[in-house]
Amino acid sequence: MQNKHPEKLLDEKGLRVDGRRLDQLRPVRLEVGILDKANGSAYIEQGKNKILAAVYGPREAHPKHIALPDRAVIRCRYHMAPFSVDERKSPAPSRRELELSKVIRESLEPTVLTDLYPRTTIDLFVEILQSDGGSRCAGITAASLALADAGIPMRELVAACAVGKVQGQLALDLSDIEDKQGEADLPVAYMPNSNLVTLLQMDGILTLPEFEKGLNMAIEACKTLHTMQREALKNKYSQIREVAEEKEEPEVIA
Amino acid sequence: MSATPQLPPVAKLEQKTVVDLIAKGNRIDERGHDSYRPITIQTGVIEKANGSAQIFLGKTRVLVGIKVETGEPFADTPEEGVLTVNAELVPLAHPSFEPGPPDENAIELARVIDRGIRESKAIDLKALCLQKGKKVQVVYVDVYVLDHDGNLIDAGSMAALAALANAKIGKYEIKGDEVIVKPDRRPLPINNYPVSVTFGKVDRNIIVDPSLEEEQVMNARLTVTIEKSGSICAMQKGGLSGFTTEELRKIVHIAVERAAENRAKILAAAKI
Repeated sequence: MQNKHPEKLLDEKGLRVDGRRLDQLRPVRLEVGILDKANGSAYIEQGKNKILAAVYGPREAHPKHIALPDRAVIRCRYHMAPFSVDERKSPAPSRRELELSKVIRESLEPTVLTDLYPRTTIDLFVEILQSDGGSRCAGITAASLALADAGIPMRELVAACAVGKVQGQLALDLSDIEDKQGEADLPVAYMPNSNLVTLLQMDGILTLPEFEKGLNMAIEACKTLHTMQREALKNKYSQIREVAEEKEEPEVIA
Repeated sequence: MSATPQLPPVAKLEQKTVVDLIAKGNRIDERGHDSYRPITIQTGVIEKANGSAQIFLGKTRVLVGIKVETGEPFADTPEEGVLTVNAELVPLAHPSFEPGPPDENAIELARVIDRGIRESKAIDLKALCLQKGKKVQVVYVDVYVLDHDGNLIDAGSMAALAALANAKIGKYEIKGDEVIVKPDRRPLPINNYPVSVTFGKVDRNIIVDPSLEEEQVMNARLTVTIEKSGSICAMQKGGLSGFTTEELRKIVHIAVERAAENRAKILAAAKI
């Protein structure tokens, strides 16, 4: 629980409340393939964010009438657990969650080769277990890993990160306090190889030069996160190989 | 859950015509890539509302009504009035609109309009406090889509701004626990004039103010809301693809120009 609101978001040295520089990401931990039943899954911790993402599909569309004849339908639900924020959040979907489900889906649609699976659905669940600012972005980073883990053909991984403004200065990856007291928030999702911004929202006030600088900062962070995503995927498969090698010890024949 | 939308069946030939025209620097309604359809705004069309405005953006028609009532403030802003924006995709406006609670498109429309008004601090919410922590004025902005021919976000946000500028509120007096409304009508305190500019991406071309025919072939959408001093106060990307960084740099500059022109039209209609 975080009830204390510091008066200043930046100290004399230009460091932030958690000691970060303005262009520094929070510590990120990524894990792939952590749920048993889902076709693909991933877990992300970014600051105090704790988020699970799972993919089911491609599978038969239910109800059938939502199916599309030439491509897979992607369905997405962004949902916050009641205990994920300071004051209990009702588990019923809020207008914010409905909007975020839509923008998260739209941030991932460009990367999935949906025309390979006509008449099916690919269902994507993003569950916020603890929220600490920037949860839609962390959710996208995890969801795109879950899609890859499900073996769904994709153009590339999508990474996302927000840039905000605190005390007149652009700052990367806002934490909860900075987001609430900050002057602007610019969440961005990016596909580095295609140079495509697939999520872009903004609230607060930014001048055009600030927007351009902020967008560049966010894109650089997305590239860093993209590398981390690839490492996380490789990690899962290197672990599988180790297990497999252990099992391959020759049986002793008497 | 949010699902990939089912697009209405549009003949391939018709789609191709729209796309090809844009590729040649033209458009189906003979506009330039960077220009809006004709805009007509009427204000004060609903007498029973505190404020109202109707916009015709080409064939798109949106009516916005403002109602101001007394209510309780949010716990974290005890000295500020409350702003609530809601959008209704009325079934008479398009065959795909169905009765029922707002779907994700209606919610997104309302939230993008809300973001522009809220983040630019267009309404002086502090001036709407009647009794700190207890009673404040609540401004309801209801966006009513009557005819859908594309670009509901810009039509809705321009009509909302015109309606807010047109709104009159009563004088309030507090006696004990009672709030007495006096008929003396003063204008709603407005500090800023946010104007949204929406872009569509068709293949690799960027167009302003997409009509419905163009929305049905576009890959992605981006709304940029500009406040009166020329800064960005809200953005929202939609659609199944994305934008390159070069496209985004170009878009924000066009947005500033178009917003200034449209703002002048809105203020003229609201007689400010």
